[in-house]
Amino acid sequence: MAFESLSDKLQQTFKTLRGKGRLTEEDVRLAMKDVRMALLEADVNYSVVKDFTSRIREQAVGSDVMNGLNPAQSVIKLVKDELVELLGGEQAELVFQPGKSLTVIMMCGLQGSGKTTTAVKIAGKLREKGKKSLLAAGDVYRPAAIDQLKINAEKLGVDVFSMGTEVSPVDIAEKAVEEAKKGEYNVLIIDTAGRLQIDDRMMEELQEIKKRIVVHQTLLAIDAMTGQEAVNVASEFDKRIGVDALVITKLDSDTRGGAVLSVRAVTGKPVVYAGTGEKLDAIELFYPDRMADRILGMGDVLSLIEKAERNIDIDEDTGRSMVSRMKKGRLNYNDYLLSMQQMKGMGGLKSILGLMPGLGTKQLTEAADQVDDRELARTEAIILSMTEAERDNPKLMNPSRKRRIAAGAGLDIAEVNRFIKKFEQGQKFMKQMPGMLRGHGNNPFGF
Amino acid sequence: MGLFDRIKAGLQKTRQAVADGLGDVFIGEGDIDEDFYERLEETLIRSDMGAEASERIIDKLRDQVPENHLRRRKDAKKFLIKDITGEMQNAPDAFDFEKERSVVFVTGVNGVGKTTFCGKLAYKLTREGKKVILAAADTYRAGAAEQLSLWAERAGCDLVQGNPGADPSSVIYDAANAAMSRNADILICDTAGRLENRRNLMEELKKMDRVIDKVMPGVRRENLLVLDAVTGQNAVSQAKGFAGVTDLTGIVLTKLDGTPKGGIAVAIESELKVPVKYIGTGEQKEDLERFDAETFVKAMFADDTSEEVSEDDW
Repeated sequence: MAFESLSDKLQQTFKTLRGKGRLTEEDVRLAMKDVRMALLEADVNYSVVKDFTSRIREQAVGSDVMNGLNPAQSVIKLVKDELVELLGGEQAELVFQPGKSLTVIMMCGLQGSGKTTTAVKIAGKLREKGKKSLLAAGDVYRPAAIDQLKINAEKLGVDVFSMGTEVSPVDIAEKAVEEAKKGEYNVLIIDTAGRLQIDDRMMEELQEIKKRIVVHQTLLAIDAMTGQEAVNVASEFDKRIGVDALVITKLDSDTRGGAVLSVRAVTGKPVVYAGTGEKLDAIELFYPDRMADRILGMGDVLSLIEKAERNIDIDEDTGRSMVSRMKKGRLNYNDYLLSMQQMKGMGGLKSILGLMPGLGTKQLTEAADQVDDRELARTEAIILSMTEAERDNPKLMNPSRKRRIAAGAGLDIAEVNRFIKKFEQGQKFMKQMPGMLRGHGNNPFGF
Repeated sequence: MGLFDRIKAGLQKTRQAVADGLGDVFIGEGDIDEDFYERLEETLIRSDMGAEASERIIDKLRDQVPENHLRRRKDAKKFLIKDITGEMQNAPDAFDFEKERSVVFVTGVNGVGKTTFCGKLAYKLTREGKKVILAAADTYRAGAAEQLSLWAERAGCDLVQGNPGADPSSVIYDAANAAMSRNADILICDTAGRLENRRNLMEELKKMDRVIDKVMPGVRRENLLVLDAVTGQNAVSQAKGFAGVTDLTGIVLTKLDGTPKGGIAVAIESELKVPVKYIGTGEQKEDLERFDAETFVKAMFADDTSEEVSEDDW
């Protein structure tokens, strides 16, 4: 969708006002119109938007924001701070029972909101923290839902408790608790069938589960792409069964994800996780400030930096000698491999570009798509099929070596040729243009 | 229960949870004034019609009010219903593919209800005496093929599937050949959910699309995008993304029993000119209806208290 980022819009609005000594209430009103539109297009609930803009207006007019040198920036900051506040301020986490005792988590949500996948992802995440989880297959309604849970759980090596589809979910939950205690699990995650918040019979089933067993944390899965209805869904689930925390799913879509803001604002429940992809490790903690940036179309620079920090650990010496070789146009395949692995560590180019500010725009997305992460994998296979000597000294390359490398990488020789040519061209290019290498830091290849 | 009643039943159930419903803005004998326009805008936005489409519709109404000497709110309502219905109307030949030999290619993002829709459509068409083949080209999601095979059983139709993780195009290839050799009337292809911003996965769809054309050249195609009715403005982005891959001929709006709103359909129609063809209104195998613009729009603007909200009255 051709969203302009809110900051661009505001800059424009204020541009026409430049030259005025200070901004008037009318100017603020105009700015709030932009804010309102941006939030509505991001699917933030109408009432939430209404409250929000009137609160901002009060603050903006009452304070000396409008007298500052750059009122647009000040308003954006004000808006962002308020959004972060609405999104919960601090980052929240699941609450566990003390020590090794069993924590029972129940997943709930609409059909297709991603409960089953999320349940497995959480179990995987908790294992990293040293917690042993049991998944209970409580969706007896959707055909093959139990298979989905089992297959995915197996991929992560997480245990599943299932009694088939002929037993009521309430009984399954009860038996699962016994089983979890017997097996000395730390966490039991009960997957339940998707249901509409207005379906009395189905909602009673969840109430019944909570009556029969002690559920410590009830998690509501909300699809990031949900529209205005998100608020009704969440408040109704909360009213009827009591929700402790939220999980936002499918945040890897290109949606602004305003639904999460609405739901957080209306229910006051913390968001503990965000699902960011189909792979089973694609789940992250939720950062209110980054989400605020996303809703405003300001990109998620912080996540990007953090990803880089977490994954790039070239020591300074390696980096410096690489740069010096690069200047002479004498980079070798080891350098190439290293640069590539850095990038892969950050989740591939697409995942990086996805966090960049302003990437709602089509051209950038297309540019990102053109670099195929799979191609990087093929390139890696080629380099890893070279001998140490070949990697150190690219000049050794000859047809017989290329054939061997192609066989080793399981690729056609044409593909090996193409890569080597690209590499050699890159060498030449770097030799000719040493100036443009400045600023690329540790990554001479510029990706 | 008729379609209208079903949507309206959904509406009433939801109404208990929502303070004010869509139709409420028209209640009362009030005049058309600024307050009315403001509440109308709120109403439209709450239905997920989007800020832009809502503005456009209201601007049009503002022009029409003096031209047509509209004074009362309920006159405005009639006008709006007529206006939006006109936009959403299906062409007379919209469902002709059900009668001829055709391929129905079903796409959409994750979790919108593609597999369930394929199953329901297979059930409906089989019951109408068609020979249907279901192709389980979602080889990615765990359990997807099993889910579809249960539907094939319910519908009493054939199913073509591949191994988990197999190239979905190979499943399409096999299914298309099966459709030819078994002389099936309609081939329904279920595909894996994918976000429209994933280029690789969209390329994969293109390939499936090409395979159908290759194996069954000249066969009538119906390319349907499935949308969850509670989806917000991102649905427009979804529709654009999928329209860029396959020539979309229609939208399926699912889970309409959960929300009486579905205003997103209006936003998509006005931006992309792709009509809604089916709506899913429940979890039972019969819960699939052809989309009827008039019924849908009337149900959208229905309110509980007003007498005029009965089907015959309109």
